[in-house]
Amino acid sequence: MAHIVRPYGDTLDDGKVQLSFTLPVPDGPKGRDAARLSVLGWGFRDCEVVHSAAISDDFSFYVAYASTDRGIDFDSAKADAASEAEAAMSMDEIDEYIRAVLGRKVVIVGACTGFDAHTVGIDAIMNMKGYNHHYGLERYKMIEAHNLGAQVPNERLIEYAEKVGADALLVSQVVTQKDVHIGNLTELIELLEAKGERGRFVCVAGGPRIGNKLAVELGFDAGFGRGSYANDVAAFVAKKIESKAKDR
Amino acid sequence: MRKKLGLSEEKIARGRELASAIVAPIMEFVRGYTTVTVERATLRIAGADGADADGVPVPNKIVDSLRSSDSGLGDGALLRYADAAERSALPPEALNARIAEGFDLASRPVADAAAARRKAEELVAAGLERISRNKRRREEKLREFAGRNNDPLLYLIVATGNIHEDVKQAQAAALKGADVVAVIRTTAQSLLDYVPYGATTEGFGGTYATQENFRIMRAALDEVAEREKRYIRLTNYASGLCMPEIAAMGALERLDMMLNDSMYGILFRDINMYRTFVDQRFSRMINAYAGITINTGEDNYLTTSDAFENADTVLASQFLNERFAYEAGLPARLMGLGHAYEMDPSIKDGFLFELAQAQMAREIFPEHPLKYMPPTKFMSGDVFQGLVMDSMFNFASKATGQGIHLLGMLTEAIHTPFMMDRFIGLESAKYVMNSMSSFAEEIEFREGGIVRSRAAEVLDQAVSFLEDIEKRGLLDSIAAGLFAEVKRAKDGGKGLDGLVKKGPAYWNPVEAELERALGIGG
Repeated sequence: MAHIVRPYGDTLDDGKVQLSFTLPVPDGPKGRDAARLSVLGWGFRDCEVVHSAAISDDFSFYVAYASTDRGIDFDSAKADAASEAEAAMSMDEIDEYIRAVLGRKVVIVGACTGFDAHTVGIDAIMNMKGYNHHYGLERYKMIEAHNLGAQVPNERLIEYAEKVGADALLVSQVVTQKDVHIGNLTELIELLEAKGERGRFVCVAGGPRIGNKLAVELGFDAGFGRGSYANDVAAFVAKKIESKAKDR
Repeated sequence: MRKKLGLSEEKIARGRELASAIVAPIMEFVRGYTTVTVERATLRIAGADGADADGVPVPNKIVDSLRSSDSGLGDGALLRYADAAERSALPPEALNARIAEGFDLASRPVADAAAARRKAEELVAAGLERISRNKRRREEKLREFAGRNNDPLLYLIVATGNIHEDVKQAQAAALKGADVVAVIRTTAQSLLDYVPYGATTEGFGGTYATQENFRIMRAALDEVAEREKRYIRLTNYASGLCMPEIAAMGALERLDMMLNDSMYGILFRDINMYRTFVDQRFSRMINAYAGITINTGEDNYLTTSDAFENADTVLASQFLNERFAYEAGLPARLMGLGHAYEMDPSIKDGFLFELAQAQMAREIFPEHPLKYMPPTKFMSGDVFQGLVMDSMFNFASKATGQGIHLLGMLTEAIHTPFMMDRFIGLESAKYVMNSMSSFAEEIEFREGGIVRSRAAEVLDQAVSFLEDIEKRGLLDSIAAGLFAEVKRAKDGGKGLDGLVKKGPAYWNPVEAELERALGIGG
């Protein structure tokens, strides 16, 4: 039995929805009718434009109510269990997790390597302020974050990580022209392997065109692309450190 | 302004005294140094502008070439530019074009220093006269349209990335009642050690601050101002690695406000502290000379730290920002000291604590046009609840006589505002503020009540926080993470390599004239 659902206004299956939008036309009777026709055009019926106002000479704002006959089968909806963002822990939860499970601060060193001068990515993850309401790693009480900035040679990144006893390396690559990022990322892993230190650090790559698949292929533990935040990275690093400790 | 909180005047005086003691050693250091962007700002005021075919700005070409030459930057950059202008007899535009094509100022020593100095003074006088003219024009318009702005000034942000699209949105906002329009900058412009050139149509989360973009938006807002008989203020960001240059460009194009904090770059953008302290002074001197109102960034403390627990750090920072601003010649009426309505909405009596904080700032900084920022941290995506929170914020602002009111957006945390989001923000603020217009004169706060007690407590905490900073010194306090829980090493951060010790022959007639005009000692 399909379980069909429609929006609920004040009666089951009345299909009522509220809409608000702007049209690039002047306010007035013609504008209001344009709004009504728009709503009907989107497949709703019984549209009532309950409010209109001029935003400027050429733009107008509308509030409308309408009904839809369209229902969907509730059983066909799926909770996106794979959605990392949903499953990810918040900053406080990650701090608590590190405190409880590792019992010490996690040291993370990040840099934008090679000649890439774009710190946008690494800063979004590491800087105090973070990005889009996700605080950066510097804000975490249980993470000691070192942001080395841009144009950092791989050798220097490793040297620094050794010096501060890092648990994890974050490498950001924004420029991908002529696959320059592949070379930079591969070099880091090769240098670490040559020194016998690959196992010492959790290695994470990031950037708008870096996916998990590519990063893992290049020898990293994970890759984070567009739409990733500090808490996604921090949660991964913390869990990875724990699983590495168990493996030992 | 009638005082209602019964705050201890001695405590307030003590806060100011501590701020002076904290800032004094910084200023001593600052006067001995220049930076690449201070030199570029100086050049810009003297007429250096434009960019080469690769987009490298002419002021950068001059400064970079001098720095890598034997002479270095210790004597300042302006004399070399003036010498080239004098010898070539070219006006700045033509000289700029030659430099853009590859002419290297560092390639030959100054021929006749006296003649070059005269030329430099002539160029600087022309730039400063343009800035003074802009200041007079603003004052005339504010007089002509007196009484037409909202109180507090309603401040809106546009951020499309395309200056021409920004113009449409800004004009719509201004027509509907916005008094201040800020064009937010593209992500990470603060970390560029140059200012891009020309009109721009692509940005990420904002629009590049360029002088041409300033000019385009200025003209667009002036058009609305004439039509509405209401002066519309234009705001940008004199922050990041190019603080003084952006201030200079804003002064040349008659911007009215600049986001300009003495420590924001250090704490939130990891810019080196020495560099920032030198840059902030020069940028604030330019703002002071141009009559530009600064907006400080204390709201950032509250988006990173807890607004209830760390309320004292906001007040302490306001004291410090005020002191740094006085040192740069800014009068109180140009200091838009920042703070924000950012407490967790689930706190019982949270509104009373917000009211206490806002009223306290008002009473401690009575002449300053306080810049009040809306809730952002606890805006969830529930636009309906968000609108209620913004309305409470609007109420607190009007009830405590704030000066510059950044309108909350009901879609905060969802997307950059739609045109209708700004419209809803404006209309709801106008409703709240009109319907409670005289509320502030009507209301008193009960002695021993929540509001008075909270304000007294925050003032106490701020003073003891400042005492701690004074003992440690400001630089060590920042290094120890006392502000916003961020630690910054003295020799760390971006831009330190752009710091230059002034040599015995350092000469900068812009700095000298600003110091003279503003009555601040060199």
